[in-house]
Amino acid sequence: MTLIKASFKLNYGDFKLDVNLKLPSTGVSVLFGDSGSGKTTLLRCIAGLEQAPQGYLEINGAIWQDSEHNIFLPTYKRPLGYVFQDANLFSHLTVLGNLHYGLKRVRNNLGLIKLNQTIALLGISHLLERMPNNLSGGERQRVAIARALALNPEILLMDEPLASLDVKRKQEILPYLSRLHQQLDIPVVYVTHSQQEVAQLADTLVILEDGHILASGPLSETQSRLDLPLAQDRVATTVWQVTIAEHESDYHLTRVAFDGGSLSLPAVDGNIGTALRVQIYARDVSITLAEPNATSILNVLPAVISQLIEGRDSQAVVQLQVGKQLLLAHITRKSLLLLGLQIGMPVFVQIKGTSILN
Amino acid sequence: MLSSADLDTLLLTFKVASMATTIMLLVGTPLAWWLSRTRSVWKGPINAIVALPLVLPPTVLGFYLLVLMGPAGIIGKFTNWLGLGTLPFTFYGLVVGSVLYSMPFVVQPLQSAFAMIGKQSLEAAATLRASPFDSFISVVMPLAKPGFITAAILGFTHTVGEFGVVLMIGGNIPDKTRVVSVQIYNHVEALEYTDAHWLAGCLLLFSFTVLLVLYTQIKSSPIAQPFK
Repeated sequence: MTLIKASFKLNYGDFKLDVNLKLPSTGVSVLFGDSGSGKTTLLRCIAGLEQAPQGYLEINGAIWQDSEHNIFLPTYKRPLGYVFQDANLFSHLTVLGNLHYGLKRVRNNLGLIKLNQTIALLGISHLLERMPNNLSGGERQRVAIARALALNPEILLMDEPLASLDVKRKQEILPYLSRLHQQLDIPVVYVTHSQQEVAQLADTLVILEDGHILASGPLSETQSRLDLPLAQDRVATTVWQVTIAEHESDYHLTRVAFDGGSLSLPAVDGNIGTALRVQIYARDVSITLAEPNATSILNVLPAVISQLIEGRDSQAVVQLQVGKQLLLAHITRKSLLLLGLQIGMPVFVQIKGTSILN
Repeated sequence: MLSSADLDTLLLTFKVASMATTIMLLVGTPLAWWLSRTRSVWKGPINAIVALPLVLPPTVLGFYLLVLMGPAGIIGKFTNWLGLGTLPFTFYGLVVGSVLYSMPFVVQPLQSAFAMIGKQSLEAAATLRASPFDSFISVVMPLAKPGFITAAILGFTHTVGEFGVVLMIGGNIPDKTRVVSVQIYNHVEALEYTDAHWLAGCLLLFSFTVLLVLYTQIKSSPIAQPFK
């Protein structure tokens, strides 16, 4: 499954990048970090827009860079799609001209079919004759995504595609990205500093800090690692992949199943078996030793404490195993001590709230 | 009215200016592109050399060209070796002189037009499979179109108006090197003020019309106007 192998070393004065990374060949890999962490530079190295003096890059068996053997495939020979932070459309071409620009240069008879699908998927068919300067930021970014996808690339690289948009525009595009996520069969490498986008889109999470990789792995595993700053964050979450099991229309609820149990959520549209992402904030999870028999909280699940740390102040963070899923709970240090919580203890978790991400 | 000799000088002037403008665009485009992108230490000296005719008296430039292109000069020896003879007092000598003299008027608008095209557009083109040459043709040239129009117009009109360089290296040979500006000088020397008026009026009208078009038709683009 590991079909993207990347390792780069470069040094720009006071900025150093030194990474060694393996990513799966499917799903969305999010490069997450603060500005200056090197996530965009890493993406640009993958695209060949930046040439790391020492680098090795292999995508699905094809070598794009191998500095030891003096191999460096220029960007225009790499079968990739790239979405820039500020859309970066050609201002002298119409939307359709922009979409056709790359298409004309790949000899690929799938192109036009792919393009029409992409236009429909991103909802831009009414914009085709317009000039980029007459589009809103959100529309421009959707065109840019379509332009990259129309190439039928082997990998899609996205550099903070939502960062330059206001909250409203972000909400306008996120659903399209989620749809892409479900329908694309190519790997996506997505750069962001937004935890919301991580929760919504990531399958694999790579955390960068000061030019090196702090952690990398499947989303929920990485999210719930207590040795990383993410788990201590005020808005720490775990994202679960679930499927719709049953609609309880009397109560306007939907029952969703995960590996090892089920949850009740506010009613969601969708057929039985539809996959969903559910986000659970650590601050919405509480722990009891005995099974509560009279509680207003619907989602009470048996769990086993797998890790815990006492925070510096009043906080403690507990990592729990629920079925095969990992879950984070933020509780007070006092409760931790009063309940005598320890690794390996069977407990019950009460989940006060959940949010559905797609 | 314009005499047939006057018309001949007009025709010759436009021939020189057209050929010089074509050569300037062909040479100036890669030069301006290089100047707008490079970080080489040669950027400063090359820029200075290209801009030199802006400040140098045309007679100085003409003098050096006359010496270099003459039978004893480097260029003259080379053209002799090629079997082309020497260039001074020929049509092609005039074209060479015009190219050097008007080059800054072509290179500078192109250079500022290219500089305004960010790295991003080229990166976008590269991610869309366009080779560097392809992206120059399909992205840079359309985006720099106002710069090309300005460069061509300024290069052409400036060549039409040159006098000093022509007199030094071209002389005053009818149908070969006698251009409009020289003809006006001839008329004035011979006290033919009416004829001088006709030709001078033609040039004034031509230059004003061209600049009027330049400054009104493509005013929307800042790079079209190098001399604001």
